[in-house]
This record gives sequence, C-alpha cells and structure tokens, in this order.
Amino acid sequence: MSFDRRDFLKASAGAAGAVSLGTLSGCASTATVGGAMPKIVVVGAGFGGATFTRYMKLWTPGVEITVIEPNAQFVSCPTSNEVLAGLSQMQDITRPYDNIKKIADRWVADTVVAIDPDKRTVKTAGGQTFAYDRLILAGGIEILFDKVEGYDAEAQKTVMHAWKAGPQTATLRKQLEAMPDGGVFVMSVPRAPYRCPPGPYERACLVSFYFKQAKPRSKVIVLDGNEDIASKKGLFLAAWKKHYGYGTDKSMIDYRPNNMPRSVNARTMMVGTEFDDVKGDVINVVPPMRAAEICGMAGVRDASNGTWCTIDFTTFESKVVPNVHVLGDSTLTNFPKSGSVANNTAKMCAYGLSEIFAGRQPDPAPVVTNTCYSASTNSTAFHVATVYRWDAKTKSMVPPKNANGVSKEESELELAYMRSWKENVLNDTLAL
Amino acid sequence: METKKLALGLLVAGMLGTVATAQAVDTRARFMAANCSYCHGTDGRSSGAIPSLAGLDAKYFVDQMKAFRDGSRPATVMGKHASGYTDAEYEAMAKYFAAIKP
Repeated sequence: MSFDRRDFLKASAGAAGAVSLGTLSGCASTATVGGAMPKIVVVGAGFGGATFTRYMKLWTPGVEITVIEPNAQFVSCPTSNEVLAGLSQMQDITRPYDNIKKIADRWVADTVVAIDPDKRTVKTAGGQTFAYDRLILAGGIEILFDKVEGYDAEAQKTVMHAWKAGPQTATLRKQLEAMPDGGVFVMSVPRAPYRCPPGPYERACLVSFYFKQAKPRSKVIVLDGNEDIASKKGLFLAAWKKHYGYGTDKSMIDYRPNNMPRSVNARTMMVGTEFDDVKGDVINVVPPMRAAEICGMAGVRDASNGTWCTIDFTTFESKVVPNVHVLGDSTLTNFPKSGSVANNTAKMCAYGLSEIFAGRQPDPAPVVTNTCYSASTNSTAFHVATVYRWDAKTKSMVPPKNANGVSKEESELELAYMRSWKENVLNDTLAL
Repeated sequence: METKKLALGLLVAGMLGTVATAQAVDTRARFMAANCSYCHGTDGRSSGAIPSLAGLDAKYFVDQMKAFRDGSRPATVMGKHASGYTDAEYEAMAKYFAAIKP
C-alpha cells in the first residue's frame, strides 16, 4: 500500500467522531458496539477474509477490523498442484501476511473456539473474547475424515488430502518423489460441491506430467465420487489424450467415475470403494467436506443437510443469522468455490457494507465474476470464465448471454495468463 | 492512489464538520473496477502477461470492451467478461481506470 498508515491513523483519530456522526446517523439499522464506528471481526485470512479486510478498510477506513488467523503465512491452494509436480516450490505459493496485518486494526494469531451470535461475541482458544457489529466468516472448508472409514489420526500421517495447501502439499510432493518408477498414485475426487472443481483433474494432469518426465512407467488412478468429470470436461479429456495417452492401452491415467472412496487403510495402502479395493504406492484421498468449523459455531450451515451456508447476494450476510457474513468456499451458491470468486465476492461484501455504513442501501443488482485457470502441462493451460448478475425475476445470479464459457483449447498464452493471474490475485488479496 | 486520497478526503471532510455526500465517489464503478483486479492487478496495475488497465484512455477501454463482446478483437477470457457488462458500465469502469496513474 502506498498510503502512509501513520498519516491515516492521525487523521482518523481526530475525525472518527465526526465521521461516525456524518455517515451513520441516517442508518438506524446499523447497530454498533458503544456507538462508535462499526467493529468488524474477520475469522480467516484466505482469499476471502484477507481481500475483505483490505477493501473494507480502503472503502470505509473508519471501521475497526480485528482479524483472527492462526497461520503465520498465506499458502495458496491455486497453483499448488504445480508443487506436487515439482514445477514450483512451496516458497512460490507462500506469501507474507505483513501488509494485511498493517491494514487490520488488530491481528490475532489464534483459533476461534466459540461464537455467540446473540451476544455478538467471538472467543479464541487463547481465551480472548471479541465483540462485533459484523462478523465475517471466511474459514474455507472443514474436511470430514470420519466420512471415510479408517481415515483416523494415524492414517492421516500417511494419507494426505492436500486440499488445504501447506504441509500437506509438501508431504505429498515428497511421497511422489520417493515413489519408484512403475508405481501407482491413487487420488480421489469428492462429490460436488467441493473446493476448486477443476483442481482434481488438474492434479491428475500435473502428476502425470511429472511421472512422464521422471518415472514413465507409473500410473495415476483417479477415483471420482461424481458420475463424470465435474469441470472443464472436454478440455481435460483432450489434455489427457494429447499428453498422457488417455484412451489407449498406454494411458498414464486410469479414470474411474462413480468411485467414491469409502475406506482407507494406511498399512496396506488400500482405498476401498463400493466396487473394489484399489492398491496404491502413494494414496491421496480427499474426503467429503463442508463449510468451515466456525460456520457450525455460528449456526449458519443452513443448506444441504447442514453442510454449507446460504447468503444474501448484496452483502453476503447469512440467510439465517443476522450480522454474520460468510465468504468464499463456505458458501453455497452457483459460483464455483475458487480463489477468484472468494476474492471478488469479498469485495462485494465490503462494497455492500460500505454502502450500509454510509447510510445507503446496498447495491440491489450485484455483479461478480470468476476466472479460473488450470494447467495441463508445464507449458499449457485453459480457463473457465463467467460473469454473474442479479436477475430480479429468478432472484438469482445469472450469467448474461455469452458471459460464461471455457477455452476453445489449451495454449501457452493461457499459461502465461495463469502465472500473471497468480501474482495479481495474491498481490490484490494480501496488499503486496 | 486515487481511491485512498478520496478516502482521506472523506475523513478530512468529517473533521471540518461537513457531511460527505453520496456523490463524492461512484462506489458502484469503483466496485466493478475492483472486479477486474484479481487478474489485472489492484487498480489495474498488472504484474506479468495480463495487460494493465491503469491510465488507459477511456475511449480506448470502451472500444476494446465492445470489440471483445462482438468478437472483432480475439480473446481468451475477455469475450465472456465483456458480455457481462452494459455499455454504461464500460463507461463507468473506463473513467475509473483512466483516472489512475499507470
């Protein structure tokens, strides 16, 4: 940020009273703690929470934001499949929180253990309690190990999901490196909706790419809980055929739809489905998932048998608990659970709240977008891109004509765009 | 950065006892311009192969968006994005980016 924060703090300290009178007096619905500018607590500083913090302070500098985030650094899930393939390193997907920490009024390196939506308080494991006017839940996903028999704490030492980037990613990379040529990598795809719809199929591409270079007799078995490839199907099939022999007897990829993993055995290295048991040298089971634990604490998992959270599109406020807003992968919408969507919808939330805090109504016709690249080799990629606009008739977010689609084919140009996207989205999210 | 100057301006206005008006900033244009930034960089200042938008001539911006929409300028993702906004929104975003120093 080029703005000098000390100057801003000096200005805001003197002006806070006048600003709050000037901007809030007209808005009776904005209840605040002690009548000052609104206090916002953000739980989770991923693509959703960090972007929200940055843009909320940019658009309404007077709000007081406390961010609660246990991780010391940001590790990006997008492009983490490249680390598995050895095309990039952990440091390439890791970024500092330094700048976003300076933007937040308070940064708490802790985990939330309780939320009281009636008293509007959040309690941390360290025993601190924070009051809020608005609570932003941006905790991503909770992984449901108990939905896969045998995936206990002991098995989790050997079987990675690598669906949250970080130590899981680094460990899975080491396992793939240690696997002998001729080995079998068994990976799985949870049933939709899940975080990053094209991610598993990109993982199949990039691990195959690594095997093709380093251990060409090896195989990738994809156990898909869905009945078919759930994202960018034509593009992935074309890439699998072109680069990895898919459809021939020399295929590196063995794709098995309707094969939800039901059990794992880390000693025998077996994955059980409804049909059979599959043995792997490295196994990578991604269990079913739901909205983050904090969403359960706040009582906002109202959809799909209590797994995901529905929101109002103008502010991303929960449909069931007032003053609680849910961002990113925890939400149930028709948007894909992508980093771009988390970033863009966090801005939608910040924009909606900025309007409310200024005594206006939030924009009744929001527009948000998704742009999501997948790499098919070390030099090619393709995209899906969509613009969603509010449709008053159906009360839903609908892409206008021609505003939704995928690449015609993979290209080197799109890999260059994917790399540029990665730098820009991380810089935008973390104020780097 | 223009938006931050404006934000500070609002605070200064508050200090002087004047009430900031809704017209001070086109907040909808500012939000829609921010939709672009996860690819094109914050305030349209891009790193890498994706073009920057900061400081682009407003007419050029609008003309390119129209060309992406009707397909006369070949594109990867931009045909879809351009099809998601109205001409008036092109104008509003163009004005926002034109006012930013590259």
